[in-house]
Amino acid sequence: MPNVAVTGLNAVDTPAPGVPVVRCLKESQEFKGNIVGLAYDALEPGILDNNLLHSAYLLPYPSVGPQSLLERIRFVHEREHLDVIIPTLDAELQNFIQIQKQLLLLDIHLTLPIEESLLRRAKVNLPKFAEEFGFKTPKTTLVTDPNWLGLTEKDLPVFVKGIFYEAYLAYSMEDVYRYVHKIGAKWGYPVLLQEYVEGEEFNATTVGHDGNALGIVCMKKLVLTDKGKGWACVTIKNDNLIDLTQKVVASLKWHGPIEVEVILSKKDHQFYIIELNPRFPAWIYLAKAAGINLPLLSLQLATGDEWCNTMDYQTGVVFSNCTTNLITDLTRIQTLFTTGEIHYT
Amino acid sequence: MLPNTSWLKDLAISETGLIFDPSTGSIFTANTTGVQILMAMKEGKDAAQIKASLVEEFEVDANKAEIDIQDFLNQLTTSCPEKK
Repeated sequence: MPNVAVTGLNAVDTPAPGVPVVRCLKESQEFKGNIVGLAYDALEPGILDNNLLHSAYLLPYPSVGPQSLLERIRFVHEREHLDVIIPTLDAELQNFIQIQKQLLLLDIHLTLPIEESLLRRAKVNLPKFAEEFGFKTPKTTLVTDPNWLGLTEKDLPVFVKGIFYEAYLAYSMEDVYRYVHKIGAKWGYPVLLQEYVEGEEFNATTVGHDGNALGIVCMKKLVLTDKGKGWACVTIKNDNLIDLTQKVVASLKWHGPIEVEVILSKKDHQFYIIELNPRFPAWIYLAKAAGINLPLLSLQLATGDEWCNTMDYQTGVVFSNCTTNLITDLTRIQTLFTTGEIHYT
Repeated sequence: MLPNTSWLKDLAISETGLIFDPSTGSIFTANTTGVQILMAMKEGKDAAQIKASLVEEFEVDANKAEIDIQDFLNQLTTSCPEKK
């Protein structure tokens, strides 16, 4: 009966993966433990939902560093007896990797890649990784000085991306300058300029086990938000995408959850890797609905329990985000702001 | 002449004419004639057999059936260029 802590519970217009990860675990017959929410802000909607969590705690921001995170996890562990933590946010992973050994001494387990693997797939290193292992990826340049873009009109349109989050499609040089300044101010430099590849967007997700991909699930985006994020999608089985995902996991010697984002180029019908996200995607509940519960698999890997490697899932299962309203009491938010924790049961 | 039809075996075709390709996620709709052509191709029937079944089912002449089949196949290959 493991107690699991999950991060990334910000269920907003571009939702984080935490809430769907929790739902995957709670709806599994095999899972009987408590789920503890870990959040960076008292207003993350997921931690206000008493039907979702046993309790929730605020964490120091990732920029504060691994030592503060470790101290906070120790505090939570004393109260909740955690067995497993499932981090779901890009920006926090390096800190969790750095404290993984200390957490293991506390008998807290994580399914995480080694730091070298994490860095190799980072957006700034993706072109090098792709070239080394023969994957296709859009041409990408790094902007370290916003006054020197190394770009001309003929390169447009282009995606302007932050090192962790945010991306905008820029159709003019004015847009490029504006987005570079906007993203640079928010997420720091370098800012990435990625060639626009026209085509349809597909994603795959899996859990790597020392370089072997377990339970790959593929989807095609059906509806995009104005930020280009998938709002609705459908499960598919594409042999080329499955093969690519297996090769990515093997090339990175990946351990833990990963999402492979690709575009099927309209021009040459080849998959181009857009991003390799080192965590579960926000659409992970679709994988569970189609037949493969990857958060549960990740949990079983972490605890050393028996796990099942299956590639069998249903195609044609449709997922759509659906916004709703959560009614709560102001005292919950006050409690979180003043004490940094809340207990529901 | 029919195009490569091996990929058709995986298509999910509903009675209402909704067609889902599970390898690409593409979703199409087809009318009754289109569904009949696709089902026949999926079953491995050749062009002459498909034409004969359309002539019988819809009471059209053979030339009209052939034109309709060719028109449908052109639409199919335009919609799924990667399947050519």
